[in-house]
Amino acid sequence: MDLSAINPILLIAALMSAATPILLAATGELVAERAGVLNLGVEGMMIVGAICGFAIAVETGSPVVGFIAAALGGAMLSLLFAFLTQVTLANQVASGLALTLFGLGLSALLGQGYVGIKPPRMPDVNFGFLADIPVIGPILFSHDPILYFGIGLVAAVWAALKFTRAGLVLRAVGENHDAAHALGYKVVRIRTLAIMFGGACAGMGGAYISLIRVPQWTEGMTAGVGWIALALVVFASWKPWRVLLGAYLFGGITQLQLNLQGAGVAIPVEYLAMSPYVITIVVLVILSADKSAAPGSLGRTFHASS
Amino acid sequence: MKITTLLASAALALGLATAAVAQDTTKVGFVYVGPVGDGGWTFTHDQARQQVEAEFGDAVETVFVESVAEGPDAERVMTQMALNGADLIFTTSFGYMDPTNNVAAKFPDVKFEHATGYKRLHPNVSTYSARFYEGRAVQGHIAGSMTESNIIGYIASFPIPEVIRGINSAYLHASKLNPDVEFKIIWVYTWFDPAKEADAATALIEQGADVILQHTDSTAPHAAAQEAGNVITFGQASDMSAYAPFPRVSAILDEWGDYYIARTRAVMDGTWESVDTWHGIGDGMVGIGEITDAVPANVKEEAMALKASLADGSYHAFTGPINKQDGSVWLAEGETADDGTLAGMNFYVEGVTGDIPQ
Repeated sequence: MDLSAINPILLIAALMSAATPILLAATGELVAERAGVLNLGVEGMMIVGAICGFAIAVETGSPVVGFIAAALGGAMLSLLFAFLTQVTLANQVASGLALTLFGLGLSALLGQGYVGIKPPRMPDVNFGFLADIPVIGPILFSHDPILYFGIGLVAAVWAALKFTRAGLVLRAVGENHDAAHALGYKVVRIRTLAIMFGGACAGMGGAYISLIRVPQWTEGMTAGVGWIALALVVFASWKPWRVLLGAYLFGGITQLQLNLQGAGVAIPVEYLAMSPYVITIVVLVILSADKSAAPGSLGRTFHASS
Repeated sequence: MKITTLLASAALALGLATAAVAQDTTKVGFVYVGPVGDGGWTFTHDQARQQVEAEFGDAVETVFVESVAEGPDAERVMTQMALNGADLIFTTSFGYMDPTNNVAAKFPDVKFEHATGYKRLHPNVSTYSARFYEGRAVQGHIAGSMTESNIIGYIASFPIPEVIRGINSAYLHASKLNPDVEFKIIWVYTWFDPAKEADAATALIEQGADVILQHTDSTAPHAAAQEAGNVITFGQASDMSAYAPFPRVSAILDEWGDYYIARTRAVMDGTWESVDTWHGIGDGMVGIGEITDAVPANVKEEAMALKASLADGSYHAFTGPINKQDGSVWLAEGETADDGTLAGMNFYVEGVTGDIPQ
């Protein structure tokens, strides 16, 4: 065993990067669920975002344009879900699962010509002398812009839900769509926008994997991150900062267990491999012991006549 | 019980009749564990499937299902394939072993071929695998010659004999010319998860590894190595030449095409029988991808010589003296490992640190 082989500063920097795709996707899903929509298609929207972002970044040579395309791609795909659940009143669970399957197939099709290509790299934000500060520099000031965007997004979503009128309306629609409708709010329109926001965030999360974390396109490369993001929203009891905490916890333990293995720590590997799931769930379950519950209309179909 | 006998013989007669009618096309099914675009394991199987189609043309129809989870889902997919009239089904992952045998029991007229397994519980089940450890010997030799930090990172998938054999073979040949070499092994418990593979590679590089060997299927570790700059990698299953000439300096290639063509022909001829095939470099089932010029010429020459001696059988990758990790003698001077021990290998050789997950 050689624990000195693990550099804690690099570890923390790595965990922030590892957590960002989960964070982005989970924040988007949180907004959709607060509006009362349960979209199980996160994995599908992520993988479509991953290939849209990758393809456009390669074609234009600009990773920023790639991320915008990823957000658009995810939002476009989520419109399909919005049409199924808000217009044709299909079951949300079934539609979401179908969206994931559809997204996996569609991304494989779109990605045919992109295997083995290297995307343009997104440069890290230049903080100048700040990046040279010992310990704090590498942890806080050595990342790509999307990582900071992810943290900013959490803050923005939190503030919007808590302090703005639009956030209040969104929550009202999620808590009781009949009451919101009676007050004159356009339930279907608000939900469709929330679904698209969720799709855009998931798409960017997927592109973070294909453009920054792995930098390449491979079929099925999101490999279940979308499902982790979905679970995280529930365990974080629909609160933005807890989503951030959960994502960092999960990413952190994942990185730590890989590093511990490399250092030859004599803990059975199976325990290390399952530790991210167990510890994240335990911590968030303890946190969610307060009275906050799921949005009242979560997963229920709304129709103005009923 | 007479009625069942009657039904059975009727079914048999019907089966024979349809077999006679269906003589013109043979249907061959493939069950894949990953997507065909993974660039590694499943990709090479699918390339081989296309070779079968090219070889036989209209006489053969192939079908495949990709990304099939190891477990009950695999059983469902195989059953469906058999019901749809497949004559021969290749199941291409270790975890399909029990599902393959279970389904084979229900369809005695369908031939099943399971890759990398050892259970042949029914006369219609064959197993086949490649001696990847021969390829890993060559990689180990290059890795041991090239490392400057003397730390070699190894991304391992699941603790099964196949993977352990690869670690041992690579370690033996890396340490043969470089006794100071150390293996850092990370088990990721997946065959295919690019993000996790990239993270594992990054963790190994941060801990000083300047060579990454992988037993997982994606090219993500190559991308991580490229990012780090001075780390070399090896293609796994397919050539992964997108990352050549550096960091990817060579590769282990899976060449299934000849085998698939031969077995399909055996089904068409009616000469198919249950066998256990384990072919290596000599039989062309394992290849070594181009060794790039990033490798010094003398190392390349030694590696090619090692490959040639493995191919013609003059050298065995596990030749004594070799001790087990606990120091007990496994192979005496000049003794070579028997296939039974290799097939069930569940121990590290002396010098490899850490424990195998049990």
